Amino acid sequence: MAQITLDNLAHSYLPNPKGEEDFALKQLDHVWGDGEAYALLGASGCGKSTLLNIISGLLVPSRGRILFGDQDVTQQDTVARNIAQVFQFPVVYDTMTVGENLAFPLRNRRMDPGYIAARVQKIAAMIGMEDSLKRKARGLTADAKQKISLGRGMVREDVNAILFDEPLTVIDPHMKWELRTQLKALHNEFGHTMIYVTHDQTEALTFADKVVVMHDGRVVQLGTPEELFDTPEHTFVGYFIGSPGMNLIEAEVKGNVAHCAGHAIPLGGNYKALKGRVQIGIRPEFVTLASGDEGIPVTIKRIEDVGRHQILRAEFAGKPVNAILPEGMAVPADANRLKFMPERVNVYADDWRVTPLHSVATPAREAV
Amino acid sequence: MDKVQNNKAWFLVLPVLVLVAFSAVIPLMTVVNYSVQDTFGNNVFFWEGLGWFQEVLTSPQVHSAFGRQLMFSGIILAIQIPLGIAIALCMPKRGFWASVCLVLMALPLLIPWNVVGTIWQILGRADIGLIGYTLDILNINWNYSRNPVHAWIIVVTMDVWHWTSLVALLAYAGLQSIPQAYYQAAKIDQASRWKVFRYIELPKMQGVLLIAILLRFMDSFMIYTEPFVVTGGGPGTATSFLSIDLVKMALGQFDLGPAAAFSIMYFLVILLVSWVFYTVMTNLDKAEGR
Repeated sequence: MAQITLDNLAHSYLPNPKGEEDFALKQLDHVWGDGEAYALLGASGCGKSTLLNIISGLLVPSRGRILFGDQDVTQQDTVARNIAQVFQFPVVYDTMTVGENLAFPLRNRRMDPGYIAARVQKIAAMIGMEDSLKRKARGLTADAKQKISLGRGMVREDVNAILFDEPLTVIDPHMKWELRTQLKALHNEFGHTMIYVTHDQTEALTFADKVVVMHDGRVVQLGTPEELFDTPEHTFVGYFIGSPGMNLIEAEVKGNVAHCAGHAIPLGGNYKALKGRVQIGIRPEFVTLASGDEGIPVTIKRIEDVGRHQILRAEFAGKPVNAILPEGMAVPADANRLKFMPERVNVYADDWRVTPLHSVATPAREAV
Repeated sequence: MDKVQNNKAWFLVLPVLVLVAFSAVIPLMTVVNYSVQDTFGNNVFFWEGLGWFQEVLTSPQVHSAFGRQLMFSGIILAIQIPLGIAIALCMPKRGFWASVCLVLMALPLLIPWNVVGTIWQILGRADIGLIGYTLDILNINWNYSRNPVHAWIIVVTMDVWHWTSLVALLAYAGLQSIPQAYYQAAKIDQASRWKVFRYIELPKMQGVLLIAILLRFMDSFMIYTEPFVVTGGGPGTATSFLSIDLVKMALGQFDLGPAAAFSIMYFLVILLVSWVFYTVMTNLDKAEGR
């Protein structure tokens, strides 16, 4: 087990990358703590698989170094790095039994047979396949095969890290939940560093201690689920996480007031003069209906009842604005104004969050 | 609406029937016809029953040809399948050289059978052939037209040269279809090269190898042209395989009856063996899945 340091890391699939756009993975400088569970979250093609392959040693980065603890492993292969990896699609050895599949990584390392048997039993219990240890892996269903792959990834105790590359893609929804819970339990028990790649925010937010959000080859934010929710560092984090995502409105910011299409919106802090494209972002959870001359005028398009709450879809100056309203709350027919909680409004210049000069303390988040 | 009954539509099937009749049924029925009749010429035929079948089945000449045929197919399968797999494993996976290899491998498959025979007939000659001449210089008393072992060596070598590519190409296709993740996983599991072959590559190639074995068995069991050109079945009957014997019987001696009975049984043996191969291998697959 080790802390993983990404030092000046960048990767391009081209032999002679010129501009920044040639890099599939733009410069990264991060230290990932030992024994923590990380989720790499991002849309397809954002570079998360590239980063995973660099960490696992399947890919040598064009620039920079990777350190496990104090050791530079940039040029080492996966075996030397002592890493386990679970792939997106099940990889099982068809002609072996389930038990032999699970024992394979241990047998290849010439472990003691008694230890192997005990370990296989334990992992089989965890993935719920104790009854089929003697069965050939061929002919099992895709999710059973993927459970074997997961099991094989976790059968070794001494690994530096376990990497998961969207491992639950082929698994049934109810099994997904169960396996994710088991992975989490396993993480708590053994304290392996785990890196979990996914494009599913629920998966990322429920599995990981820290979520690494990637966009366009860049890590746009590394933080706890709470941080991603409260202070998205980049507009991408704002709208990618959350359902619906953050509302983003073009604005001009002066001091502690934003002016959007001629309407003033109070902010939670003072901002210096900003250059570039300025937007304010507010999560729908912190948007409420207003009356009189409070807030901003909107046209309400529709209200979606999704059970635990309602989503109000409206339009402000031709752009969509969403709000989340409590379950069962009646919306008056003449409602046409929305109000933003000032301390929940974030300000973005050219997509990156701007910290206020002296911020007003953020109140503790209510359950949403 | 009343349905109009019009059986004239059946006439539309007629072209196919005619085609199939001419391409398969009629020639096959002539053979069946010959196999149960005898003639003393003048196009007068007598009913012979299963006499010819009995004669062929008890003929020592056919027995020994059958033995040689089994031995030949056995030898070439034992060489070509492992060799083909080995070549496929060594071929580059992608890029310029992969294409070059594929084209080079395909070349022997594109040469007509009798040309292959001629090439090897000349190559093996001690006076003008490269191989024969070289062996002669090395003081090896090489003569495939006198020595049965030499004749076998040249016929087997020729077939290996001609057809190993087919096995290699099929195996290569099987290898190419294995997702990269399997190799990566095996690497992480620290599997040796042999284990990668044994537990990943071989099982994934099973399907194409089954086809390769079937094709090579059928083809080699029916081999005619190449040994006919190279050795003419000799020396003596050393390389007289079933089809060479059959042609001798049918066209050389004009024994149409026995030859027809022979053909039918020949056909049935190939059908039977292929069916057994296929059933056994697909059942193995299923049994393992359970």
